Amino acid sequence: MDAIFHASPFTGYVYPNETVIPWTVLIVVYPYLTGLVAGAFTISSLYQVFGFQQLRPVAHFALLISLCCMLTVPLPLLLHLGHPERAFNAMITPHITSAFAIFGYAAAFYIILLVLETWFVFRPHIVHQAQQQTGVFAWFYRILSLGSNDVSEKAMRYDRKWLFALAIIGIPGAHGLHGYVGFVFGSLKSREWWSSDLMPVIFLFSAIISGTALVIVLYVLSCKLRKVSVDLACLKVMAYSLWGFMMFTLLIEGVEFASLVYRGREGIEVIMEFVKGPLVVPFFILQFGVGSVLPLAVITFLIWRGTGGTALILGITGSAILVLLAVLMMRYNVVIGGQEISKTAKGLLAYHPPFFGREGLLAAGIVLVVPMILLSVIVRIFPPWEEVTA
Amino acid sequence: MDENEQLKEHEKDRRDFLSCLGSAIACGAATVAASSVSSQATAATQETTAASQPPAIPGYDWSKHHWAFGVDAEKCIGCLRCVEACKRENNVSLDPHHFRTWVERNVLLEGEDNARIDSQHDPVNIAASTAEGEYRFANRYKDANVEKAFFVPKLCNHCTHPACVQVCPTGATYKTEDGVVLIDHTYCIGCQYCVQACPYGARFFNEEKGVTDKCTWCYHRITKGLQPACVEVCPVGARVFGDRNDKQSPISQFIQNNRVRVLRPETGNAPNVFYVGIDKDVT
Repeated sequence: MDAIFHASPFTGYVYPNETVIPWTVLIVVYPYLTGLVAGAFTISSLYQVFGFQQLRPVAHFALLISLCCMLTVPLPLLLHLGHPERAFNAMITPHITSAFAIFGYAAAFYIILLVLETWFVFRPHIVHQAQQQTGVFAWFYRILSLGSNDVSEKAMRYDRKWLFALAIIGIPGAHGLHGYVGFVFGSLKSREWWSSDLMPVIFLFSAIISGTALVIVLYVLSCKLRKVSVDLACLKVMAYSLWGFMMFTLLIEGVEFASLVYRGREGIEVIMEFVKGPLVVPFFILQFGVGSVLPLAVITFLIWRGTGGTALILGITGSAILVLLAVLMMRYNVVIGGQEISKTAKGLLAYHPPFFGREGLLAAGIVLVVPMILLSVIVRIFPPWEEVTA
Repeated sequence: MDENEQLKEHEKDRRDFLSCLGSAIACGAATVAASSVSSQATAATQETTAASQPPAIPGYDWSKHHWAFGVDAEKCIGCLRCVEACKRENNVSLDPHHFRTWVERNVLLEGEDNARIDSQHDPVNIAASTAEGEYRFANRYKDANVEKAFFVPKLCNHCTHPACVQVCPTGATYKTEDGVVLIDHTYCIGCQYCVQACPYGARFFNEEKGVTDKCTWCYHRITKGLQPACVEVCPVGARVFGDRNDKQSPISQFIQNNRVRVLRPETGNAPNVFYVGIDKDVT
């Protein structure tokens, strides 16, 4: 029987059925991906909707990152389900009292919106390629153009209107989708660790910082691969955004944790035992120390000293990588941490994820690599770079 | 008819009944599916989006019953026959990590403020069981100064406002008209959101079937006029089951004659398992 389930060791008293942890690392990866979607879309929207011209070099790239992550979001869920072939039951017969029943619709709506926005953004490129390319590629782009070859100024003005509208709808779409994921956890009254009104807000802001950090890392990486120089003004704006949103996230997380401790409801002893024991490395050291305080300090230092050039690029990119780690750890500490604190409020479980298997670390790692592979393909079809699209 | 033949006959009846019940539940789920597509707005207002038509169980009308369960912890001796009977009756995996019902042992030692609690999944108790599917409480407190000790049988509370039903994204788990919370194993997608939502730890994931599982109060038995398996095997009458619509039923009498309480009333789930003789540490 050991092959089909993993029983976790425990201390104190936990209910017998709790020893098999229901939501595994795949459910850690799932909100991480939706968060990256929302964050990358924010960067794209800051340019499309709010006119932050400095973000022009990454605006379209961020949109593609958002699209690739979103296309991967269903994967960890499907891998996790006991009957993935029945997944559409939730859409065919949604049980609308469920916080999760509408997810399929919300996700489908948002994917369509992202695809539409991508199409409008890259329509000039598609039309251009359809006319320039020969053979299979010509056909490919001709099909993508949907028979519309008009790239006149009038048509472009019309496209820009659509883009603006889509980007505006996309803001509540992307952020609603991720806030909703926070609600899936926050609305459960069975777990004190999750049951918080601030959960959707925390999820949302940590999403924005993770998406911004991912755009920073991938933008710098893409510049190195393409052997072009990094636009420092653009990088700085992203670093400022990261800094601001991080401050806010830390504040909200602090308030949430303080409320939990201060309220001191039933089970607070065991929660404190968890905080002071198993949570020290994943939370205090990785998420808070290395992943949040250190990058904040580095970015503050860079801004204060007016650093430029390679040092600025290295400092910001390094900080962004740490932030990506911090948000992954945040998802882990919420999803797994919540299940390690027993519903009895009298015991703790210790979840050790397996490496292999459908719900193992390897599978979760592969799920995280999939959007990168998708991205490496899609940037060849729709080059988002300034020098190409300008 | 000799005893063997009687047993065979009984088995045949049971199989027929189960297959009938299976089709009935499937039909019920299909009805839900059809009706919830056509009238999503009305579905929102119904907590019991289960089959709007009662399943066709011969001679059984679910609108005429209101099942409830009682536990008298004063009587329980921790023999765990209920746990073993449940596993066999409902084909539950025999390992000590999947239970439709389990028994907790609460022991308050002298000089301590809180009771020590253990159950069948405790490594010491697992070691005390000599065979698979056999469950025992190890005699771990024989040298301790015990101030107070008692056993608490646990099972699904078949809540009036079940959090598990609320969160199920497909409606595969539902509340029947006679007060039982069931799972349609042919419709469950295995997301385990219900496992998370249950504050009592009553649900588990059936890895072999890829769906969630839990106590049904032996729905296949009670709709035939039988008692749940755990109630039937209890040698001391610590488990009581019956119809609250019948004022003379064991459960109605149990609630009438005792000061009963439910577990975690603050959740708002309104459980339908009523307890007598439990202490402050029981949650």
